[in-house]
Amino acid sequence: MKSKKHLLAAPYAAWAVIFIVVPLCMILYYGLTDKSGAFTLKNILAIATPGHARALWRSILLSLISTVLCFLLAYPLAMILAEKKGNSHGFIILIFILPMWMNFLLRTLAWQTLLEKTGVINGILAFLGLPALRIINTSYAIVLGMVYNFLPFMVLPLYNALSKIDENVIHAAEDLGANRIQTFFHIILPLSVPGIISGVTMVFVPALTTFVISTLLGGSKVLLIGNVIEQEFTQASNWHLGSGLSIVLMIFILINMVLTALFEKDESGT
Amino acid sequence: MVTDLKKIWCVIIISLVILITAGCGAGEENDNVVIVYNWGEYIDPDMLDLFEEETGIHVIYDEFETNETMYPRVEAGAAEYDVVCPSDYMISKMIQNDLLLELDFEKLPNARQNIGAQYWQQSEGFDPGNRYSVPYCWGTVGILYNRTMVDEPITSWKQLWDEKYRDEILMQDSVRDAFMVAEKIYGYSMNTLDEKELLTVRDALIDQKPLVQAYVIDQVRDKMIGGEAAIGVIYSGEAIYTQYENSDLEYVIPEEGTNVWIDSWVILKNAPHQENAIKFIDFMCRSDVALKNFEYITYSTPNEAAKALIEDEEIKNSPVAFPDLTRYDNLETYIYLGEEGDMLYNELWKEVKSY
Repeated sequence: MKSKKHLLAAPYAAWAVIFIVVPLCMILYYGLTDKSGAFTLKNILAIATPGHARALWRSILLSLISTVLCFLLAYPLAMILAEKKGNSHGFIILIFILPMWMNFLLRTLAWQTLLEKTGVINGILAFLGLPALRIINTSYAIVLGMVYNFLPFMVLPLYNALSKIDENVIHAAEDLGANRIQTFFHIILPLSVPGIISGVTMVFVPALTTFVISTLLGGSKVLLIGNVIEQEFTQASNWHLGSGLSIVLMIFILINMVLTALFEKDESGT
Repeated sequence: MVTDLKKIWCVIIISLVILITAGCGAGEENDNVVIVYNWGEYIDPDMLDLFEEETGIHVIYDEFETNETMYPRVEAGAAEYDVVCPSDYMISKMIQNDLLLELDFEKLPNARQNIGAQYWQQSEGFDPGNRYSVPYCWGTVGILYNRTMVDEPITSWKQLWDEKYRDEILMQDSVRDAFMVAEKIYGYSMNTLDEKELLTVRDALIDQKPLVQAYVIDQVRDKMIGGEAAIGVIYSGEAIYTQYENSDLEYVIPEEGTNVWIDSWVILKNAPHQENAIKFIDFMCRSDVALKNFEYITYSTPNEAAKALIEDEEIKNSPVAFPDLTRYDNLETYIYLGEEGDMLYNELWKEVKSY
């Protein structure tokens, strides 16, 4: 019985080896060597040069802002969805997931057309006699693009966690005299932590590494660390530097995951 | 447990074998092809059909956006290409790195007859002896501006630093073209490797950045047509097309001088279909084909026979399509800067972009 289960996992094991383990080893190899193949830490330390450090710092800042915004937008929505029973909540979730049926690139390009100086939104604003909105090609547009694209990844785990909370626990809190605010902070929020953690990770990590959103909505003016890495591979043909910077980025993602894991343990411990 | 592991490895190995054999099979379906790697929107698609019809050779066509994105793919051999159409300085880099095949000009009669002598001469700069490349298009880099959105004649690169065009300026998102603009303002060579000069240029580009609306490549065309920006850096070939679409647009070669470039056909050394590649290049040099291409992409053609066939006198004598280069004494062509030079430019460009 046991051996059969193992066999079922074999396709995934093969997949993981070919497309995850091998590429990771290649990144490590390229990141830690120079053109002649000799070992070097130069590519990793290159993160400290002003250009790279600024790009990394900007990426962290923008992805943190996007994650917080996503959380603030998604939590109330997820709570409403979790409280609704019956068919209507399924419909709302469908509406929420519907845009994801369309390609990510097209949705971002659509924002470009909407936000442009002569774009749709400014056309409507001008018609109404309102001042023009000038956020295209700035960090604001990039945050908007990140929030728009990654919001579903925050809503769904939160919704999952919140709908699993036993209503009796909430009733018990109310019976014991807790008001709605107390119930929220002492019961609902702590019980939804697993959802918060997966939501935050699923928004923060892609936001930190994106380069498409910053290219399309930032007019290539706002360079994120993802853009730097992409350009090292596609334009400068310096795979060693690109891999070295990728390793740095992976370290930041690992730190994020360790922190959230610690937080989770802490929460479930109390 | 040990047998379990063995089974897992068996399955992994079997799936690997299947994957690999499947991969090989896909490559062998049709041998009478030519694989072309060209700039985006840089050919009349009907000409590809015509070539297939006349020769029976199937064209597999792929596009790139800048020389810099093309090079790593060709170098890594990630995809096998036969014919590529890089620019001057990239061709000399490819020659130096032994990526190109020496062409047999016996098999290129159209190229020998139709391409004007001055273009072969200009090619000597990056392809000494004209051994590896056949000119396809040429042109200049200049400023495209919207007459209704500026209140003075545009004549100088310096106007791209003018505060009054804040948020109305489009710059090229490619390192050599962006640096060239600033280098010309200071009167430096566009191939300079002088560190002090390059730092000055970097600082100038950083100063300019708050005024720039966006760094784009192919989108300059659409944004200028749509009136999204007032003034942008563009290749001369795009200018004629944009003027068809929006008659308010005007192209100018700035007084400080600019880059005169040639994009040429080359064949890769490891090209799998070299005979077909030669046929493809010579087909592209046929006067009727070159004329159709010119009419479609509006980039200046070095094909004198095709130019003679142009019926529209206005286009034939257009200073945008066929400028009289003898009027300028500050034109240059990019040369390959070497690996160190490339890295220096890239490093400084990243500092500009991340600022």
